[in-house]
Amino acid sequence: MQGPILKVRELRAFYGKKEVLKGISLDILPNSVTAIIGPSGCGKSTFIRCLNRINDLILDFRMEGKVLYHDNDIYANAIDVVELRRRIGMVFQKPNPFPKSIYENIAYGLKIYGLNGKQQLDEIVENSLKKSALWEEVKDNLKQNALTLSGGQQQRLCIARALAVEPEVILLDEPCSAIDPISTAKIEELIYQLKQNYTIIIVTHNMQQAARVSDYTGFFLLGELIEFGKTEEIFKAPKDKRTEDYITGRFG
Amino acid sequence: MNRRVINRRLDRCFKTLGAISTIFGLLVLLILIVDVLIDGIPRLKWDFFMSFPSRKPEAAGILSAWVGTLWVMAVTALIALPLGIGAGIYLEEYAKKNRLTNFIEINIANLAGVPSVIYGLLGLGLFVRFFKLERSIIAGGFTLALLTLPVIILSTREALRAIPFSIREASYALGATKWQTVRYQILPCALGNILTGIILALSRAIGETAPLITIGALTYIAFLPRSLLDPFTVLPIQIFNWISRPQKGFFANAAAGIIVLLFLTLVMNTIAIVLRQRYQKKVRW
Repeated sequence: MQGPILKVRELRAFYGKKEVLKGISLDILPNSVTAIIGPSGCGKSTFIRCLNRINDLILDFRMEGKVLYHDNDIYANAIDVVELRRRIGMVFQKPNPFPKSIYENIAYGLKIYGLNGKQQLDEIVENSLKKSALWEEVKDNLKQNALTLSGGQQQRLCIARALAVEPEVILLDEPCSAIDPISTAKIEELIYQLKQNYTIIIVTHNMQQAARVSDYTGFFLLGELIEFGKTEEIFKAPKDKRTEDYITGRFG
Repeated sequence: MNRRVINRRLDRCFKTLGAISTIFGLLVLLILIVDVLIDGIPRLKWDFFMSFPSRKPEAAGILSAWVGTLWVMAVTALIALPLGIGAGIYLEEYAKKNRLTNFIEINIANLAGVPSVIYGLLGLGLFVRFFKLERSIIAGGFTLALLTLPVIILSTREALRAIPFSIREASYALGATKWQTVRYQILPCALGNILTGIILALSRAIGETAPLITIGALTYIAFLPRSLLDPFTVLPIQIFNWISRPQKGFFANAAAGIIVLLFLTLVMNTIAIVLRQRYQKKVRW
């Protein structure tokens, strides 16, 4: 049994004066899928956005506490944020492909890292698209602008783009909230397969989705982690009354 | 009379009033253009473009003026573009948003509205006198660059601001640095709008007379500049000069010069509009 890949300790996050995370502590195990559930505004997006420091881009964001990645504090001064984001990839709520070709979308992450060999790029682009189950649909139109794809395809392209740079952890911030059920099913299938090689953290407000895809589940409420444990246990025998109320649909 | 009838009449009144204002504006413009065309078109011959100014109106031309305009605009663009785009990128993407940058932002917006003759005085004091550039093309180019700089900075910032935040997030999340994000994602997306802003700023500068007269650009130049340090004249100054002459012949020359200047600005504005439209069609989020 390997130790946790990510350890979050007493994480508190603020936008301006508003405290959105009130001391979160949890461990993420490698090659597992962890689902973060909770009603809107409970801080679940903020939480995973802390894990690759993408929240640094928000002007009045501030955090306290520690996030340890392989036991290194990612908020320490010595940490190279660029390298961190390369190791911890992210897919956002709304598909956000670059307004470029499908090929360029995936090659970008490699090119900025200095990879330029055409053959090598071709190979990685193909592999990434295969991993994200998009290859068959787009293999003849790689030069096509990514914005012409459907929403579900765009989201799978964003996953392929994240996979291309070979991250260790993938953060999925409500990846299915803006797409149709069929694409959602495809992405869930994909998550299941990716688990072999990656550590996945997925934020979702869809409880069935959490139950289907995840090994561990954390329930957030108003900036607090109410309960965290094996998905089975959370859904079958929640210890906290509020968790039970939420997953049985009594609120949220 | 009941309220409904009054309302309907008011509505009709306003409609008529609006139509009259529109027609008035267009009509005046039309009369101006037709008048200029009638006066100027007979003079628009090859010789007119290829002759230096002269005491005799029939022999006078705009050679030194349009060559001077080209030189000055080239210098202006060379100085104002890198500085303006650079400052715009810095302020929008790099600078921390605090009181100081806020203050700078407000002042740039104000500078864009300062009367051009003030820039002329600044150019006279700074470039002509202090840096001893005399009444040269380079002094004129620098002065017009100062004038267009705020406009270019503002339009660059606006173009960058129009790029959705999600594109930046996508790029950073892949481990891109700030420069890579700006260079490969944001600038290409914003280029159409930035170019539009630049062309509009330059097409304003091309018609500027006051600041160049203030720095002492000559009105009579019977030679072509050989270096950036040579004296110069530009189209609007040449036109201004001809209009102030008593002889009737120079009037036709001025009209012809105005046609050329109008044509130039029209072409530049058209390019700007085409660029903007093509860009808008290509990218949609």
